[in-house]
Amino acid sequence: MPFIFSGAACLVDPSFFSFSDADLAAIVLTLKLASVVTLLLLVIATPIAWWLARSRSWLVGPVSAVVSLPLVLPPTVLGFYLLILLGPQGPVGQAMQWLGFNTLPFSFGGLVVASVLYSMPFVVQPIQNAMQAMGARPLEVAATLRAGPVDRFFSVILPLSAPGFLTAATLGFAHTLGEFGVVLMIGGNIPGETKVLSVQIYDYVETLDYAQAHKLSALMLGFSFVVLLLLYTFNRRARVSFNAEGSL
Amino acid sequence: MSAVMNAEISADTPANRFDSDKHLHAQFYVQRDGFVLDVDMRIPTDGVTAIFGPSGCGKTTLLRCMAGLEQTPHGRFSWRDHQFASAQIWQDEQHFVPTHKRPLGYVFQEASLFAHLTVNGNLAYAKKRRGKTAAARDHVLNDDAILHLLGIEHVLQRKPHELSGGERQRVAIARALMIHPKILFMDEPLASLDDNRKREVLPYLEKLKTQLNIPIIYVTHSADEIARLADHVVVMSQGEVVRHGSLAQILTDLNNPLKLGQEAGVVVTGQIQEKDEQWHLMQVAFDGGAVWLKDSGHEMGDYVRIRLLAKDISLSLSHAQDSSIQNILPCTICQIEDNPQAAYTLVKVHVGKSELLARLTRKAVAQLDLSVGKDVWVQIKSAALV
Repeated sequence: MPFIFSGAACLVDPSFFSFSDADLAAIVLTLKLASVVTLLLLVIATPIAWWLARSRSWLVGPVSAVVSLPLVLPPTVLGFYLLILLGPQGPVGQAMQWLGFNTLPFSFGGLVVASVLYSMPFVVQPIQNAMQAMGARPLEVAATLRAGPVDRFFSVILPLSAPGFLTAATLGFAHTLGEFGVVLMIGGNIPGETKVLSVQIYDYVETLDYAQAHKLSALMLGFSFVVLLLLYTFNRRARVSFNAEGSL
Repeated sequence: MSAVMNAEISADTPANRFDSDKHLHAQFYVQRDGFVLDVDMRIPTDGVTAIFGPSGCGKTTLLRCMAGLEQTPHGRFSWRDHQFASAQIWQDEQHFVPTHKRPLGYVFQEASLFAHLTVNGNLAYAKKRRGKTAAARDHVLNDDAILHLLGIEHVLQRKPHELSGGERQRVAIARALMIHPKILFMDEPLASLDDNRKREVLPYLEKLKTQLNIPIIYVTHSADEIARLADHVVVMSQGEVVRHGSLAQILTDLNNPLKLGQEAGVVVTGQIQEKDEQWHLMQVAFDGGAVWLKDSGHEMGDYVRIRLLAKDISLSLSHAQDSSIQNILPCTICQIEDNPQAAYTLVKVHVGKSELLARLTRKAVAQLDLSVGKDVWVQIKSAALV
C-alpha cells in the first residue's frame, strides 16, 4: 500500500510535491475560483448580513432559512436545481440565451454562481454575528459625531466587525476550495475550465492512483488546517483586546 | 394630551427672564409595546434644562427623539437661541433632518467610546468631522481648553478599556464637545458610575456648564444632580410632561415641591464675598441677601450653589438678638400651604428676589398670625453647598 508510506515521504522527499500539469491547472483553477467567489461573497453577503442583523421585518426568518439551506442540503440537491434553473431549458438559462449569453452550466461562470450560493452561509453568518455583537450604539455615537451612513460603514462597522469579516472571508475561501458535489453537478469535469482540485482527487481515486490522490489531498488538508489555525489564533487575540470591560 | 402643561413663566424671577424667541419646541408622540410618550413642550434655551423623572417615564426616549436617534412620524422639533438668527427646524411633518446633519453633541449613559480607537483616536473622530468655518468663528472652547476642562490630557494615548469609568465618561463628554455642538444632549451621564466616580465627574459638569455658552438638555433621575446643575426643570411621569419651569419654581411649588432628597427646600446661587478665617466660615451673597456657612475652600468671588432646606428655616416676628442662629434676614411671606389635615405646613417667603421655603407647624402659623404679605424675619439654621 504505497499511500501509507507517502505520509512520511512528503516530509522528507521534496519531489513528493512535484505536480503534473493537470494537477497544477486544477490548483490554479481552484485558487482562482475561491478568490473570485470570496470577493463576490464579501460584497453580496455584507448587505444581507446587515439586513439580517438589523431588520425587524418578518422576512428575516424566511431569508435566514434560505441563506442557511446549503448548510444542510446535500450539495447534489443544490447542484441539481441549479442545473435545471441555469440550463438551456431553465428560466434563467433561457433568459441568458435571449440576452445573447452562453448558458452557465459547464463553465467557470457557472461554478462561480454555484459556489457563491453554496458558500453563502459561511460568509453571511460570521458577519451577521459580528454586527449583532457590535449593537446599534456605536452607529448612533458615530451619527452624533456627524458621520453619514457610508462614513459609518467604513469608520465604525468595518473596523468593529473586522474579526467577523476575516472569519467570513477565510471560511468562504476554504469552503469553496473544498467544494465537490455542486461542482460535479453543474461544472462537470472540463480540465482547466471546471476541473477543480476535489474533482481531480476524485478522478485519481477512481483510477486507483492513490499516490497522486494523496499528494493533492495532503496539500488541501495542510492548507486548510493552517488557514483555520491562523484564523482562530488571530480571532482569539482580537477578542481579548476588543471585548475589554466597559468599552464597545 | 390632557396632562401636558405649559409652564407658567413669571417674569420677575431672573432665571426665567428669557426672550420668548429663544426657546425649544418639542412635540413627540411615540407608541410602542404598551408605552406611550406624548409630549408637547416649549422650554427656554439658556443654561441647563434637566429632564427629570423615574426610570421608564420616557425621558431618554424624549431625548433620543430630539436628537433624531428615534424616528417617529408624529413629531416636531425646532429650537432657537443666541447662536441663530432663525429657528432650527429639525423635524416637522415634511422634514426629518438625520442625526448626522444636526449640529448637536450627545453624551450617552454609557461612555460608548469606540473600542478600536485610542482616546486620541476617539477625539480625532469628532475633530475630523466637525464643520470648519463655524468652529473657528464662534466656538468659545478650543481643543486644548476642552482637554483641560475635563482633565484628560494624561490619558490620550490609552485605549478605552484602560480607563476608569469616570475617565471614560469624561472622554465621551470631551468627544461630544470636540464636534463643536450648538446644543448638548446628555442622557444620565452619571447613572452608570458608582458614587465615588459620580463625585469625581460632577465638578467637571459644573465647570462645563459655566464655560459652555450653548443649551444643555440633561436627562437625570437624581434630584442631587438637578440641585447642582439645572437652571430649568422638566418633570416627566409615565410618558408625559407633568410640570416644567425654572429650578426655583419647581422647588418652591407648594402644591408639589420637588424634594431634595427627602426634604423640600430651595437652591440659591451666590458668590463668595467674605471669609472669616478665625471661625472657618464664608459668606455667600445671593440675590436678596447673604448667608454664612462653613468654609468650603472655594476661592473668593467663586459662584456656588447652596441648598436651604425648609426644615432648617424658621420665621420670627422680630429680629432676635439673642439667638444662636447666625443667618437672620428680612423677608415677606408670599404663600402659605393650605392643608388643614397636616401638622406641618410650608411657607414660601421672598428674601429680596430669592424665594425660600420654611417648614412650620400650623400651630405656629396661627399663633404668630402669619399671613401673605406680612414682613417677618427668616432664620436659617443651616445651609450647605450642594
